[in-house]
Amino acid sequence: MSIKREKIYELIFGILAFASLLFFIGITGVLFKEGLPIFKNVGIFKFIFGKYWYPTYEPPDFGIFPLIAATFFITFGAMLIAVPLGVGGALFINEVATSGQKAFLKPIIELLAGIPSIVYGLFGMVIVAPFLQKLFHIPVGLCAFTASLLLGMMAIPTICSIAEDALNCVPRSFKEASFALGANRWQTLTKVTIPAAGSGISTAIILGMGRAIGETMTVLMVAGGAAVIPKSIFDPVRPMTATIAAEMGEAVVGSLHFQALFAIGLILFLITLVFNIIAELLSKKFRKRLGLGL
Amino acid sequence: MNKAKYTQCIGFTVLYLCIVIMVVFLGSVVYFVTVRGIGIISWEFLTKVPKEAMTEGGVAPAIIGTFFLTLGSIIFSFPLGIACAVYLCEYSPKSVFVNVIRVSINNLAGVPSVVFGLFGLAIFVKFFGFGVSILSGSLTLGILVLPSIISASQEALLSVPQSFREASLALGASRWQTIKRISIPAALPGIMTGVILSVGRVAGETAPIMFTAATFYMRGYPKSIFSEVMALPFHIYALMTEGTYPQQQTQIAYGCAFILLVLVLLVSGVAIIIRQKQRKKYGQ
Repeated sequence: MSIKREKIYELIFGILAFASLLFFIGITGVLFKEGLPIFKNVGIFKFIFGKYWYPTYEPPDFGIFPLIAATFFITFGAMLIAVPLGVGGALFINEVATSGQKAFLKPIIELLAGIPSIVYGLFGMVIVAPFLQKLFHIPVGLCAFTASLLLGMMAIPTICSIAEDALNCVPRSFKEASFALGANRWQTLTKVTIPAAGSGISTAIILGMGRAIGETMTVLMVAGGAAVIPKSIFDPVRPMTATIAAEMGEAVVGSLHFQALFAIGLILFLITLVFNIIAELLSKKFRKRLGLGL
Repeated sequence: MNKAKYTQCIGFTVLYLCIVIMVVFLGSVVYFVTVRGIGIISWEFLTKVPKEAMTEGGVAPAIIGTFFLTLGSIIFSFPLGIACAVYLCEYSPKSVFVNVIRVSINNLAGVPSVVFGLFGLAIFVKFFGFGVSILSGSLTLGILVLPSIISASQEALLSVPQSFREASLALGASRWQTIKRISIPAALPGIMTGVILSVGRVAGETAPIMFTAATFYMRGYPKSIFSEVMALPFHIYALMTEGTYPQQQTQIAYGCAFILLVLVLLVSGVAIIIRQKQRKKYGQ
């Protein structure tokens, strides 16, 4: 009697699951619809490689190269800080820490990963920037370096906890085999555990990078906001996310400026998409290599 | 001491330093915001509306706004997220369709929050004509947290032992009955932790509500779901970048940041504790 009803329930769940797919399609569609016209109006090459971003001048300039450069510049700096510390922290928690330290550190790091970016922004603006300004005798504290430092801090917990999960997946038998051959803990760590967890750790780094590229509020508040190609690490810059957040409020709906901001969103979306796909492929490789399911 | 031992000693010290620097870094954020923010908090600060061009009075409208936005987004994403997880875990026909959904959810999780803001602006604010409102902001935030709710629910459903379902099916229960009576109740604590963690995340998000819901200044409280609203994270941003009294505004921003921090840490802390207890129970 209820086979029909069962089918209906399955259908309902299927439709609701489909809705989540719809949002993804929707976001992609909206970004293309609103953003693509600028490529036609300005020219795709001129838009992406143009050196000047003066959207409100007459005539306006829509070259987003300085913004792309700023995003990658800051992200690269952030990774220099976050990768060693995050991965090092994960190795410590997984290999060196006593079980007491582990039980304490893991939740703490997860908790800190939840600190809103606006809080980092405030912290960076009021504490870090003036401090660095004094320390390095630089004209402005709000610059690429400050932004990198804060983004790095924010990415550490993400990288650390995903890398730790990967290390956790390495089967004990690998390590036991290494110990049985007379290797000590450090040798086991560098020659067995890290190579085995390598692609899992790479996934962590790439996801951390994706996070840093998409981070908005912190860079909006501390990066300085000048849309120029950075020459030194102490130059104020304006990354893509910050540009959208800062200018969307004043862009007239449907204007070239509005289209340009959506196009920046589209490019940002595509960049993070590529990062996500790479991360997913790496994590698949990792799970396959260790013989885990899924 | 031989060479291998020596290297090990140095290596472990370096790793130890990593964790120390990390904790100092992150601890300093919590420390500074707490030290500078806690003095600002008073009954008046929590319950009164802003006065004198944002330099005095309280931030009650922002607290209430954040509450409504968070509530709205969870009301929207909670049922949808669970339904999606149930479909993926319980029905899960190994089809292309399911794989496509899985991939798109994973990718949705990595989309920058400001891009969600753009989507919300184009769809909810403009296309549906909800305007800059609680409704638009809640829906935008709801889509933003959907992936995390789905993956937390999936994790919870997958951790329910398969034998539970088999026992139920063996007793003659149908699939839907098994889901309703066995899988979901057993997975509920795990699902709830996911939802609570999402609450912490939504409450602190700024970029998605900048052009969909938030406003710098309101005289009173929002009247309906179609009104603009003040929100704690956006208020911090506005205080730091607009207005004419930076000195006093920074103080208030610290106060807001402290409230937000306490809120987020408290909420996530509770969720993490529940989850650890739950994981112990199923021996994971």
